[in-house]
Amino acid sequence: MSLLLLAEQALNGLQFGVMLFLMAAGLTLVFGVMGLINLAHGSLYMLGAFVAAVVAGATGSFLLALVAALAAAAGAGALVEMLVIRRLYDRDHLDQVLATFALILIFSEGTRWAFGSFPLYLDIPPWLSGPVMLPGGILYPAYRLSLIGVGLAVALALYLLISRTRLGVRIRAGAADREMIAALGVDISRLYTVVFALGAGLAGLAGALVGAIQSVQVGMGEPVLILAFVVIVIGGIGSIKGALIGAILVGLTDTLGRLLLPLAFQTVMDSSAAASAGAAVASMSIYILMAAVLIWRPSGLFGARG
Amino acid sequence: MNERWLNAAVVAGLVAFPLWALWMDEPFLITLATRAVILALAGVGLNIALGLGGLVSLGHAAFFGIGGYAMGILASHAQAYAPIMEWPFLIEGTKSMPVIWIVAMLAAALAALAIGALSLRTSGVYFIMITLAFGQMLYYFAISWPAYGGEDGLSIYVRNGFPGLNTLAPAPFYGLCLTVLLIALAAHWQIARSPFGLALNAARQSPARVETVGIAPFRLRLVAFTVSGAITGLAGALFADLNRFVSPVMFSWQTSGEIMVFVILGGVARLFGPVVGAVVFITLEHWLGGLSDYWHIYLGALLLGVVLFARGGLIGLVAGRGGHE
Amino acid sequence: MSDPVLNVVGISKRFGALEASRDVTLDLRAGEIHALIGPNGAGKSTLIQQIAGWLTPDAGQIMLNGDDITGLSAAQRARAGLGRTFQVSALAMQDTVLQNALLGALGAAGRLSLWGSAMARGEIRTRAEAALDRVGLGGAADMRVADLSHGQRRQLEVAIALTLRPRAFVMDEPMAGLGGQGSRELTALLDGLRGEAPILLVEHDMDAVFALADRISVLVYGRIIATGTVDEVRANDEVRRAYLGDAA
Repeated sequence: MSLLLLAEQALNGLQFGVMLFLMAAGLTLVFGVMGLINLAHGSLYMLGAFVAAVVAGATGSFLLALVAALAAAAGAGALVEMLVIRRLYDRDHLDQVLATFALILIFSEGTRWAFGSFPLYLDIPPWLSGPVMLPGGILYPAYRLSLIGVGLAVALALYLLISRTRLGVRIRAGAADREMIAALGVDISRLYTVVFALGAGLAGLAGALVGAIQSVQVGMGEPVLILAFVVIVIGGIGSIKGALIGAILVGLTDTLGRLLLPLAFQTVMDSSAAASAGAAVASMSIYILMAAVLIWRPSGLFGARG
Repeated sequence: MNERWLNAAVVAGLVAFPLWALWMDEPFLITLATRAVILALAGVGLNIALGLGGLVSLGHAAFFGIGGYAMGILASHAQAYAPIMEWPFLIEGTKSMPVIWIVAMLAAALAALAIGALSLRTSGVYFIMITLAFGQMLYYFAISWPAYGGEDGLSIYVRNGFPGLNTLAPAPFYGLCLTVLLIALAAHWQIARSPFGLALNAARQSPARVETVGIAPFRLRLVAFTVSGAITGLAGALFADLNRFVSPVMFSWQTSGEIMVFVILGGVARLFGPVVGAVVFITLEHWLGGLSDYWHIYLGALLLGVVLFARGGLIGLVAGRGGHE
Repeated sequence: MSDPVLNVVGISKRFGALEASRDVTLDLRAGEIHALIGPNGAGKSTLIQQIAGWLTPDAGQIMLNGDDITGLSAAQRARAGLGRTFQVSALAMQDTVLQNALLGALGAAGRLSLWGSAMARGEIRTRAEAALDRVGLGGAADMRVADLSHGQRRQLEVAIALTLRPRAFVMDEPMAGLGGQGSRELTALLDGLRGEAPILLVEHDMDAVFALADRISVLVYGRIIATGTVDEVRANDEVRRAYLGDAA
């Protein structure tokens, strides 16, 4: 195996990781501030991808499609928050799981009704379609490279938002003590709507960005949602930093596991058996990572204890 | 209406249903009812963890799928006359339901023990996410493990046998599944009234209290989770036998979600909650599915309505408060 | 003098810059009620948590009947003979009073079978009912805990601890939130318990403390500044300074 292949796969892992971060950041923010587990976060990811595909198809502009995806997901998030989610803050997690599971059913079937069961396709914009030459002679698709850039830029922007702005102060205060900040005169229900819409917008953006390298179809959100849960379990609930590091760990483990595990199995068994055993174990690698973190630190790498 | 009378009416309805279907000459309805009964059994399993233990497991598809694959693997080896392994000792496949059930329950119990030992180290929302993740892990494993059909799943040609019963005919198989369901309900009832059940129930409400009387909540929950997994595993084996087919779909997160929906729709911690929930679910699927291809939208709306406005589930609506909120 | 039943030796616990317990040493002797008092924030709850097994001390040792229990979990300490009550009632609110008491008796017996009924008549049930009678809740056995008064919940806490037949009680502010009447009833109840097992009593209600305590320890800023009889502690200069300020 060449070093170039390894480097390329590591970049793929990083790209996968930063996209997972966009999902996980919204989830962990919503949980940290409102104490809500939202299974329908994957539906907002799917919505972003569909809106992007439709807008790109109609206008031909990829950037416009991204903006539309972000806006549509954030808008849908705000709407869902006001209609349904805010009734769930005082409920137990079981009610939250069920109500948001119900939302998945409604979103998924609604999308299938509107767009049919066939996948849509979102093309990579021409100005990002070629490969670029990276230092060390690695030829890497420009689009994937820009996904890494966008993901890291969003991470930085989130960090600045939370640490430097008034909204960020309120978000941190809301996570610490919601009665107190309500007593200080902050409109808590508007804050919650904004936070939820922010998380939804990030999910929609992720869906749109990933939509260009995968097919856009109903049900695309939930596998990513579950991976984002794994990320949060590894990183620690409520921690944006944990979400970033957890996401990159998961992305690298998954991508490199698929590359390296079959090779590792080849040293002890014949190649076809090694390929299938390696693939089967690789499919579980991130869950094994999660289990290991659980044994070592039950509340995640950056989670508050208890 | 009293909950006890409601339960009795449900049992009577389940017993009488195949007679009515035969009289109406609609044997297909018996198969549909069998499906409801088996899914109810899966829900009874989950209800032991969820209702008694307060453990919101969103990964019970793992045990349902393991039960299904236990059936698929044993029966496919038996029908191909190929032993599962020859060394160090010979293990052959089987077409006998009782043997398959025992293997399915043991395998699911073992998996529940392992998953529970890891995920019960946490609680609350972590527990939900982790159980969901482990379910997904087995889903991907089933897809990528080619020996037993991978993504396509496994078919068996004829339904497995039960001594003294023609399992190929719909009515006897229905009767068999219903009997298993009633036994599982009796087991739930017994666990709930037992000393163990009292402690488990208290651990749900106040873990600190249970610890101060010298009982570790972790062990209570692990036992409950394991028993729960075993029962859902048994349901998986029956479900696979009903369809004569297993596939990774049994492991999917939707399956976990649906099993949970049965329990909630009927009413959490109600003995007959999963039964009512599964029957209503299958009825809706049959009825709404006939009206619209997009019946899940209506199901979603109904579920949302139950969660937001009818806490205590459908049994709660009819029989009033009880169980626990 | 009899050997102490419970011995706390040199316990220290630190949360960041806060020293919650500083080299705390105290003992609980057979037949006595030993009250632990101190201003708010003195570290009484942290100390109780360490004794009961919910927090691990950074240094020091806790001995019960001569056995080192420092490394044991809360559940293991309960089995070793430590019966505690909570400041904020920790009860199974949806269950009945009798079920809560049975939980204690079952835990003490270590028998959590999947067979039979928890309510079955027998030694366990007798023990639970006796404990309820002892605290005056015999008539309320079938009530749901959620429907009990605040004072009755306190009594139930004590009853559950009683079912364990502990070697030592650790009670965290049992009088909190009780009115005068309730507080007097509970004081009478605790007064009669010291013969069964000694009580380490954390309490803010000074009437109860002076009525009950054989000895008092005063905790200030995580440190025990005085231990002695009621009169000795009342006369102690350091105690007067801590409570009344330098003017004393």
